[in-house]
Amino acid sequence: MQTGSGLEKLPGGILVTTVEKLANWARKGSLWPATFGLACCAIEMMAAGAGRYDLARFGMEVFRASPRQADLMIVSGRVSQKMAPVLRTIYDQMPEPKWVISMGVCATSGGMFNNYAIVQGVDQIVPVDMYVPGCPPRPEMLIDGILRLHEKIVKGEPRSKLVLEEVGK
Amino acid sequence: MTDATTTSASTGTTEVPEGGFQPPEGLQPVLTGLREEFEDAIREVGGHRGEVVVELERDRLVEVCTWLRDAPAARFQMLTGIAGIDYLHYDDRPERLCADYNLYSFDHNLRLRLKVRVTVEDPHIPSVTGVWPGANFPEREAYDFFGIRFDGHPNLVRIHMPEDWKGYPQRKDYPLGGVDVGYIGAHIPPPDKRRYKGGWTST
Amino acid sequence: MSEVETPDTDRPTSELLDEVVVRPGEAHDLPPVTAAEQVSVNERRVHQVVAMGGGDWAEVTARAAAEGQDDVMIINMGPQHPSTHGVLRLVVELKGEEVINLQPVIGYLHTGIEKTTEFRTWVQGVTLVTRMDYLAPIFNETAYCLATEKLLGIEAPPRAQALRVLMMELNRISSHLVWLATTGLELGALSVMLYGFREREEILDILEDVTGLRMNHAWVRPAGVSQDLPDGTEDKIRAFVRDMRAKADEYETLLTNNPIWLERTRGIGYLTLDELIGLGTTGPMLRAAGLDHDLRKAEPYCGYEQYEFDVPTATGSDVYARYQVRLAEMRESLRIVEQVLDTLPGGPVMSTDPKIGWPAKLALGPDGLGNSPAHVQHIMGESMEALIHHFKQVTEGIKVPRGEVYVPVESPRGELGYHVVSDGSNLPYRVHVRDPSFVNLQTGTPMSIGLLVADVIAAMSSIDPVLGGVDR
Repeated sequence: MQTGSGLEKLPGGILVTTVEKLANWARKGSLWPATFGLACCAIEMMAAGAGRYDLARFGMEVFRASPRQADLMIVSGRVSQKMAPVLRTIYDQMPEPKWVISMGVCATSGGMFNNYAIVQGVDQIVPVDMYVPGCPPRPEMLIDGILRLHEKIVKGEPRSKLVLEEVGK
Repeated sequence: MTDATTTSASTGTTEVPEGGFQPPEGLQPVLTGLREEFEDAIREVGGHRGEVVVELERDRLVEVCTWLRDAPAARFQMLTGIAGIDYLHYDDRPERLCADYNLYSFDHNLRLRLKVRVTVEDPHIPSVTGVWPGANFPEREAYDFFGIRFDGHPNLVRIHMPEDWKGYPQRKDYPLGGVDVGYIGAHIPPPDKRRYKGGWTST
Repeated sequence: MSEVETPDTDRPTSELLDEVVVRPGEAHDLPPVTAAEQVSVNERRVHQVVAMGGGDWAEVTARAAAEGQDDVMIINMGPQHPSTHGVLRLVVELKGEEVINLQPVIGYLHTGIEKTTEFRTWVQGVTLVTRMDYLAPIFNETAYCLATEKLLGIEAPPRAQALRVLMMELNRISSHLVWLATTGLELGALSVMLYGFREREEILDILEDVTGLRMNHAWVRPAGVSQDLPDGTEDKIRAFVRDMRAKADEYETLLTNNPIWLERTRGIGYLTLDELIGLGTTGPMLRAAGLDHDLRKAEPYCGYEQYEFDVPTATGSDVYARYQVRLAEMRESLRIVEQVLDTLPGGPVMSTDPKIGWPAKLALGPDGLGNSPAHVQHIMGESMEALIHHFKQVTEGIKVPRGEVYVPVESPRGELGYHVVSDGSNLPYRVHVRDPSFVNLQTGTPMSIGLLVADVIAAMSSIDPVLGGVDR
């Protein structure tokens, strides 16, 4: 604490921080995911929300049906060419600030489905902040991914940007 | 349909062909009935591993299907599915596209497969949605992936692919697609571009 | 099902497609409507749209306008919707609250698995097909492997067959539990959702013990299974069976006479048996209409004829009847699981034919399932022939004789059939999957007409579609 700034005159028990840090802390504490279940990973995502793994421990159980109320999109599963525009529409509907977790190899890189039907990585459509490997990732891995995203948010690390030029290099 | 176990309607009718193809006992009345009623519509009766496949002329498909559904000896009330197949490198016949109808009879616990083969230039098969309404989605699927046109289908549009997709992705001459997978200092081509000695070639 | 005019199919598709001005999902890209245009916005679309565009949104709008039903509202549910069981899209035409038409739009999860299988060896195919119907992976694997074995003209050893049955029945319970959980969730019974997933975790623990993975196991292989039961699994399964009986009673107590559940499910989604058969429906939906058709009885495979079990049926043919059938099927599966454990034969779990059997051996180590150290020692240090054999078998794969077969199994959703064509090489020529969810989904339209929107959710979820299987 700097002396002479006037802060030392505050009574004890008051925590001083920046608005930005406070906002990040609040964001981390109430990250609301959108229900974006696609394939096998969606079942594991549901399992993560259910009794045994209990995402509610981290304040993450409020899966919002409307993207307007969500600030985290967990892309859980393979993204087909037909789904890609829908996915982007939903992402665009989410209010800022928003984060994206790419859950599983299919969402991350197309995985084993290197073919005509599947988008080879959801990061070609939306910026991804956290990749969770696995086919499908266990609920623990998803929770770990979410916690690491929390860390990123608290630290105020910049959100990733979509750089289309780099894709396909 | 395998070469060894098929017989042609023009050469032999009911006798067992050399390949040893012997349809199951329960199907005999159905096949006999089919031959009596639709002698000229049957191109081939064959099968493999105890399954029976009847290849039909496409013009009389609906007639045959209606008979198979209603005749007491057959009673194939359910069309379980339609498999589209592209026999591009499989045999030499020009009719490379095939719709394989899988029928099931609850009354007799029998299965029968029907085949209709068409060329790419003229891929028209009459729709059997009038016989079994459940043919709706399977026919759309075969249209979507193989471009087989089912005439008389109520809503023959793409079902799985985006509606502005070009081409029919599961035909053998349609590439699998995919991109190179990059690693540090190496890359792996997509599956249909790889060459392996054991016969892994792109088709 | 739909009364849209048939597209002019004589012309190539590309030509037809060029005329499509408005595609579903792009309606918001239309130029802004001026006041003069406003009256005829629907008619404007009629002129612009050729009935080729997926047969849904624009087309439904056009038809509604043509028939002059101005009070008809069209609701688009999905593909991202919490109550449609995955990426299923429903285009619902409403008159007030009453559904006058419904069209399922699918394909949002089309993965091209069937085509990818043609570029992988027969054994690798297992890994692909298990990801189709991801709630019933063991069924996919088994059906695919049975088809491969039928082409090869072999049968897996008795122990492998029994283990397949064991795992399939456990998988059937877990699949029905997910159905119960999601349907409960969608109808507002949140406790059921938590209960369903609680018991499912127990099953996944067993599956993980045996196969190494919670889902997408690739455990069933052509000519056998990849891995025998590890020590202690039998006791674990027996304990689970005991628990599960009590848990099934719990669900019954919670739901069977629950007035809210009855109100939401009884009389909803009714279809006659004839309609169901005509639409190709199989599985619990068919049995809920009173027909005791079950492929495990009608065309036994994997030795199902040895086990004593009933085929549960109900007569209501509505959502409630389907619930009853699925609950009863879980109990029957428990019976089968017990019988399999009692009569489990000994012997190998993989064909000993060196030309066919998978050479690699797995072993459970401290860090999980992995290559058996003994096998690695054998091929790397002791026998050159074994190494060559292993290498050939793993890289090249088995060769399957030319032929074409169709093998159906009774999956939790109905007849899961694999139509497999081989041209005699080490890669399948064509694998077509007759997925029960795909065919059963056709019942959505006739079932939903006349219902209220909230009941459509119940009706659609009673089909239990798994979109991974529908779209493949």
